[in-house]
Amino acid sequence: MENDPFMASSDYITLKNIVFTRGQRRIFNDVSVTVPKGKITAIMGPSGTGKTTLLRLIGGQLKPDRGTVTVAGHNVPELSRKALYRLRERMGMLFQSGALFTGITVFENVAFPLRVHTRLPEEMIRDVVLMKLEAVGLRGARDLMPAELSGGMTRRVALARSIAMDPELIMYDEPFAGQDPIAMGVLVKLIRELNETMGLTSVLVSHDVPESLSICHHACIISDGKIVGQGTPDELRNHPSDKVQQFLNGHPDGPVPFHYPAPDALVDWELPAALTAEEDLGP
Amino acid sequence: MTRPMTDRLASLGRGGINTVGSLGRSGVFLWRALAGIPRPRVGFPLLVAQIYSVGVLSLAIVVVSGLFIGMVLGLQGYTILSDYGSEQAIGQMVALTLVRELGPVVTALLFAGRAGSSLTAEIGLMKATEQLSSMEMMGVDPLRRVIAPRFWAGFISLPVLAVIFSVVGIWGGMLVGVQWLGVFEGAFWSNMQSAVDFGDDVLNGVIKSLVFGVVCSWIAVFQGYDCVPTSAGISSATTKTVVYSSLAVLGLDFVLTAVMFGGF
Repeated sequence: MENDPFMASSDYITLKNIVFTRGQRRIFNDVSVTVPKGKITAIMGPSGTGKTTLLRLIGGQLKPDRGTVTVAGHNVPELSRKALYRLRERMGMLFQSGALFTGITVFENVAFPLRVHTRLPEEMIRDVVLMKLEAVGLRGARDLMPAELSGGMTRRVALARSIAMDPELIMYDEPFAGQDPIAMGVLVKLIRELNETMGLTSVLVSHDVPESLSICHHACIISDGKIVGQGTPDELRNHPSDKVQQFLNGHPDGPVPFHYPAPDALVDWELPAALTAEEDLGP
Repeated sequence: MTRPMTDRLASLGRGGINTVGSLGRSGVFLWRALAGIPRPRVGFPLLVAQIYSVGVLSLAIVVVSGLFIGMVLGLQGYTILSDYGSEQAIGQMVALTLVRELGPVVTALLFAGRAGSSLTAEIGLMKATEQLSSMEMMGVDPLRRVIAPRFWAGFISLPVLAVIFSVVGIWGGMLVGVQWLGVFEGAFWSNMQSAVDFGDDVLNGVIKSLVFGVVCSWIAVFQGYDCVPTSAGISSATTKTVVYSSLAVLGLDFVLTAVMFGGF
């Protein structure tokens, strides 16, 4: 176990025995995940397995029913409102929709966290914003409104905004979903570069297998509220679990069934059992 | 026989719990938005921007409605009062009706329709597009940043709008009564001057509109913040804002009138 990266002492985030229920549905049943400092960790799984919920637990927007969430040494669910907001200044999060403020320009969007959290003079804010926009290749788009951006550009502006405060941790919520191949390539490159140049700890939530495995240092696969497999990309590709293989290779049927649980077909179509029995005898 | 009865009881209880729960949430919500002193450097420009969009942009509808209501009051008052040969009292009647009742109430109703619904829709859409959530994750409290300035803007704007409504309405009454129907102008104004008391009438009217300002702004921002973040959810929240605000304004108006002018 000495070489196990999940046991490394430099863990930035530790989720321990998380149980989380929404309404009647148990989303996480005893999930433990660790995110080492300065590495890219991918959390993967089929849609609807609560990957985004996991990010909201880390960010303190949701509280687990049981278990602990530790970020940079702070127990997130126990933090006071004030301390939580202070901790969040050290995190960045890239939302799937980008979540740009629609009423202000690209420049003002990126400047927003700086204006709120710092008292930097205007020239310095301008320099920082242009630097961040340069990093995502959109310095020329500074005067556009969010409505004028394409999907890929929106996500890059949102990325520039989430790194404006030079965070220690950045969380990507489905960064590749719905992107064309070029935009996808750009995002893969940006995520890797940011991790290398800024030494960011990155958590990547995604169901795009090849892209995620190409950049992450290690990955966890969540299914049915549990972790079904974790390890480096190579370890996962050779993982013995059927669930892991079904997910990585995209088989339509397997441990995750093709059919959503449904009442018996005979009952649903209102066919008498006798009729089908006769048909079975058929020709 | 027993099933529907228990079902009805259960749904009654569920409705009660939901109502009380949402009241409690809205109270905590308002407390969190307003607790703590905002930093003037950040807060003031936000407040001014919201007063512009909530208050200044509502001026047109308030002025036009005030004018017409004043004119109608002048016309109706004249036909009734002239039966008793006391059409000079028209100034007093128009002014008291507007300052005590119609100014605060109609302005609040217009405000709920014009500004309240737009506040709800704006906040609801910010919620649906995760703008509020992303603000939280940036370490910015949306309650302070988005909700508080909008609430204060409504609270400040509504009384001012109500006063403007009354002034324009009195002018409209004067146009009809004096300029058109020929009531003696001196009697019109002096009757008004002697009948309207600053403390009892004008100030009570302003207090009413302050109360309506709190209620309308509170309902509008809470419905937006608490809405289900889908298109159907936002549309139902906007409807609720207008319906709840209107009912609250009319109900509270009766209570306030009873306390202020009921002679208890």
